[in-house]
Amino acid sequence: MALYSEKVMDHFRNPRNVGVIEDADGVGEVGNAKCGDIMKMYLKIENDIIEDVKFETFGCGSAIASSSMATEMIKGKPVAEAMKLTNKAVAEALDGLPDYKMHCSVLAEEAIKSALEDYEKKRAEKADAQ
Amino acid sequence: MIYADNAATTRISDAALNTFMKLSQETYGNASSLYSIGQRAKEALEQARADIASVIHAEPREILFTSGGSEADNQAIRSAAALGLAKGKKHIISSAFEHHAVLHTLAKLEKEGFEVTLLPVHEDGLVRPEELEAAIREDTCLVTIMYANNEIGTIQPIRELGAICRKHGVLFHTDAVQAVGHIPVDVEADNIDMLSSSAHKFHGPKGVGFLYAKKGIRLTNLIEGGAQERGKRAGTENIPGIAAMATALKEAEATLSERAEYVSKRRDRLIAGLSEIPHSALNGDAVKRLPSNVNFCFEGIEGESLLLLLDDRGIMASSGSACTSGSLDPSHVLLAIGRVHDVAHGSLRLSLGDDITDDEVDYLIKNVREVVTYLRGFSPIWRDLTAGKKPFIL
Repeated sequence: MALYSEKVMDHFRNPRNVGVIEDADGVGEVGNAKCGDIMKMYLKIENDIIEDVKFETFGCGSAIASSSMATEMIKGKPVAEAMKLTNKAVAEALDGLPDYKMHCSVLAEEAIKSALEDYEKKRAEKADAQ
Repeated sequence: MIYADNAATTRISDAALNTFMKLSQETYGNASSLYSIGQRAKEALEQARADIASVIHAEPREILFTSGGSEADNQAIRSAAALGLAKGKKHIISSAFEHHAVLHTLAKLEKEGFEVTLLPVHEDGLVRPEELEAAIREDTCLVTIMYANNEIGTIQPIRELGAICRKHGVLFHTDAVQAVGHIPVDVEADNIDMLSSSAHKFHGPKGVGFLYAKKGIRLTNLIEGGAQERGKRAGTENIPGIAAMATALKEAEATLSERAEYVSKRRDRLIAGLSEIPHSALNGDAVKRLPSNVNFCFEGIEGESLLLLLDDRGIMASSGSACTSGSLDPSHVLLAIGRVHDVAHGSLRLSLGDDITDDEVDYLIKNVREVVTYLRGFSPIWRDLTAGKKPFIL
């Protein structure tokens, strides 16, 4: 048996939504270099819908695949729905991850939540300014 | 396909496999049996012992066959600890970047009341003889320092270290798993009391190795049972494996210097090529290293993704990143030479085969460069580094 599922390898080899959104409405970064995983998510949100999402990841195969899958799962979705994304759903969509790699899916969930929180915060600041 | 993980294991040689088959199907008797097929097996066993002893300049009776390097390490250290304990000496000296077969055995001994000093290996991955001498105490019963490191390939000043141990009357063991069959090893000239070796690192079969123990050193059994191996290692001898190990070692010995010269030239070409990748660094001394070993850190990337993408390009290598070890910490070897976690995660070990060509070296350089560049392209760390938000380490 291979280390990773075909799905994981597909998302690792051909990651979706890689890159940066310069004028992102929300940005989230989680993890740290010491542990060997950092994920950064950029969101473009219009009318409460995630119009675009991009990611950058420093990490192992499953970290890159989890980032890629998570971005696919929230793209085009309402913010409220994206907030409900769980690491379990990400891992399941990848046809499973080895036990000791489950933290990669946790990071993906946290990265998205962190970016969504940043978006909410920026929106609240904007509302205050007005 | 380029198999560049020969420090992990090697392909068994044709001659060694042939010996293995012969002893498995023709001379398959039990060496303890008195009929001819058993006695012929015993002859093969003793011939292998003599052949191996001769390569490392030992006497046949000083060679004890084991299941591999880890067992030999365990038995050597346990034996020295038992001898020390009997004299009330409970201090052991080793180095910070030993193989886990040594470090974990020492950790167990610490729990049993021994005190362990781990010598630093510095940025170049080398133990300093003067630091060993300073660490030796009245109650030191063993010094165990590897001949060559398995990850970064640095070759320790074994002869000097051994001489210091002799001077102070302390037993000296060396884990020579990466050295035997690749660089000259002479237990007499190198002042070695005990030495561990493993067949599959020099094109022998897996699951077999040997422990050299200078005569007069009383060994402690790890496995109790029959009287095989002069009562020091019970269990029917793995004669096909042992004989095949001897065949492989004799072959390795016969070609050792020309192989070392050929492979180290390609190693240096590879080091020069990879050094041109920005923000990369060779791990360990550039000269005092195994002919086949190249180990680099590349800043801003993680090793496992590098390995997977190299595998897609037909390159088999290894890394000291946490993700390849199944733990959260990167390799203790890289940490021991002062690499911080951030860059230790981005390490790559290429251990070359004897038949590596210049074209293959160039293929390695080209592909490592491409994959590192690709991974840096979407690494948030690399972005911060290049944007000046964080200082480069390498």
